[in-house]
Amino acid sequence: MRRIILLFLLSFVFGQNEISVKEIIQEMDNNLNAKSRVLTSKMVVHGRRTSRTIESKNWVVGTDQAFTEYLSPPREAGTKMLKVGNKLWTYSPQTDRVIQISGHMLRQSVMGSDMSYNDMMEDQPLMDRYATTLEGSVIIDGRDYWIIFMDAKVKGLSYPKRRAWIDKEYFLPTKEELYAKSGKLLKTATMDGIKKVQGRWFPSRYLFKDELKRTSKGTEWIIDEIEFDSDIPESRFSKVMLRK
Amino acid sequence: MLFHLAIKNLIGAGIRTWLNVFVTAVSFFMIIFTSGMYDGMRSHAKQVTIDTEVAGGAYWHPKYDPLDPFSYEDAHGIPPKEIHELIQSNDAFSVLVSQASIYPNGRMMPVMMKGIEPNQSIINLPTQSLLTHTDDLIPVLIGSGMAKYTQLKVGDTFAIRWLDANRTYDADEGVIVAIMETENFKVDMGTIWIPLDRAQTMLDMEKEATYITFSKKSATIQNKENWIYRDVNYLMRDMEAMIKADEPGAQIMYMILLALAGMGIFNSQILSIFRRRKEIGTLMALGMTRSRVVTLFTLEGGMNAFFALIMTLILGGPVFIYFALYGIPLPIDYSEMGLIVAKRLIPVYTMGLFVSTTLFIAFVVLVLSYLPSRRIAKMKPTDALRGKIN
Repeated sequence: MRRIILLFLLSFVFGQNEISVKEIIQEMDNNLNAKSRVLTSKMVVHGRRTSRTIESKNWVVGTDQAFTEYLSPPREAGTKMLKVGNKLWTYSPQTDRVIQISGHMLRQSVMGSDMSYNDMMEDQPLMDRYATTLEGSVIIDGRDYWIIFMDAKVKGLSYPKRRAWIDKEYFLPTKEELYAKSGKLLKTATMDGIKKVQGRWFPSRYLFKDELKRTSKGTEWIIDEIEFDSDIPESRFSKVMLRK
Repeated sequence: MLFHLAIKNLIGAGIRTWLNVFVTAVSFFMIIFTSGMYDGMRSHAKQVTIDTEVAGGAYWHPKYDPLDPFSYEDAHGIPPKEIHELIQSNDAFSVLVSQASIYPNGRMMPVMMKGIEPNQSIINLPTQSLLTHTDDLIPVLIGSGMAKYTQLKVGDTFAIRWLDANRTYDADEGVIVAIMETENFKVDMGTIWIPLDRAQTMLDMEKEATYITFSKKSATIQNKENWIYRDVNYLMRDMEAMIKADEPGAQIMYMILLALAGMGIFNSQILSIFRRRKEIGTLMALGMTRSRVVTLFTLEGGMNAFFALIMTLILGGPVFIYFALYGIPLPIDYSEMGLIVAKRLIPVYTMGLFVSTTLFIAFVVLVLSYLPSRRIAKMKPTDALRGKIN
């Protein structure tokens, strides 16, 4: 009888943990993903000597459609990127050509930053892609975090393992480590400047860093304006818009 | 009789003849020298490429295009049975090619990562060094050019990042186990060599290969399925094209030299006809036909080529022999320009080169000697005797 009660309690404790991890990830996905979003952002690429700031406007619908137009500096202004499904096209006004980016090119850095095209494209909910494990809780600078380890449950993900420090109040991964299959740390992503936008917590600044580059100072992504669930016409995601 | 007369007249012309002969000899020398140099370059590039890269030829995966790095992602597969048997009998070896990024001293650098069978002895690369024990680090072999570029030394470790067959990032530490000295930039620059089995595991491509290089003694197999057979000539075509592209510059130079020699001969022929019109008239009056007189003058001009050949052999011969034995030291490293050129270039002189150059120069000189001599055919012996010329 005692053994049955113990088993019941154990299953209850572990069951609770598993559900809570799912809930955490679900909450986090809810915060980060929306039906649609329109945002204006700056990408600050920190080089060894100087930094470059690239301003852009993005239109995103779900996880399959995204359109980016670069606004500045003048050299990049007018460059556009369109993502539909797992295809990505770029348009450069200098050459007046639309180029499809595929295969290995998707792993190349975007405009010399620490982000790859794939990093920009892989934005499906984490819940669908990873099996999650709660590793524990930690308090950093007075804030309470869950540490959640994610292991890919589908093949073909750029990062098969990730570890996230999720803020217990905001349900956002304020720090994330992205690992290779071998377990080697490839990139880190941190976020701050968390604000409430249309009823959800959302960061206003990300910092991506390629951890294999010893000299890298990372790439900042600063979100100046963001609007969730706005109506974006379907025509925004047509290839014709690249040349307009 | 005409031949003796021609030699007598030529020698009698003194310095004028020897100047013409000298300029023609310089053209001779330059044509043979530069052609020998290009043949030497070609032969060296071919020998180095066969020795270190292509051996007897290769079977490529149907999607493999070495000039398109984006093709590497899909260009891998299990070799067909007959090719596999060649590998088993040590008559061929597999190479698995993929794109990767290395981080020497923390800087990112895109490279071509090639997995190769360490025990192969078909091409002359120190692949045995890949068997060095490295405590689970990836053993890496690179060329001296790559080592200089990346500032890596034997024993240095660095991160390697790649994408496996499922397009998932993976990374690990590699260690330089050997740096090879090679003249073939294609196995050196931008390439890292790792053991084949390790590459197959890392890339999740067990038993797969991108291309198979076979030995020179291997016979062509019948059932290669859709894998593409590439012979040595095909694999050498880029190098051949590069040398060919460089040749017109040299050709222009020896055409100018030949034109100078030709102008000298042409000029002296015209001068001879003008100054020797009384002699022409006398020869005609004594019964020599016009065609024989034309032949005599053409022969005199043509003999320049013969003397030039002898002068080239006497003056240039020792130079040819010296360079053929000790080579020509080159002032710059052409491997940085993507050419397989030895630091001391050994020119290759063949009998064919001498014969073809002699025939070519003899033809040009004969034509240039004949053209002014045609005027003799129009001369009247009486006018010629009086020193008149039409």
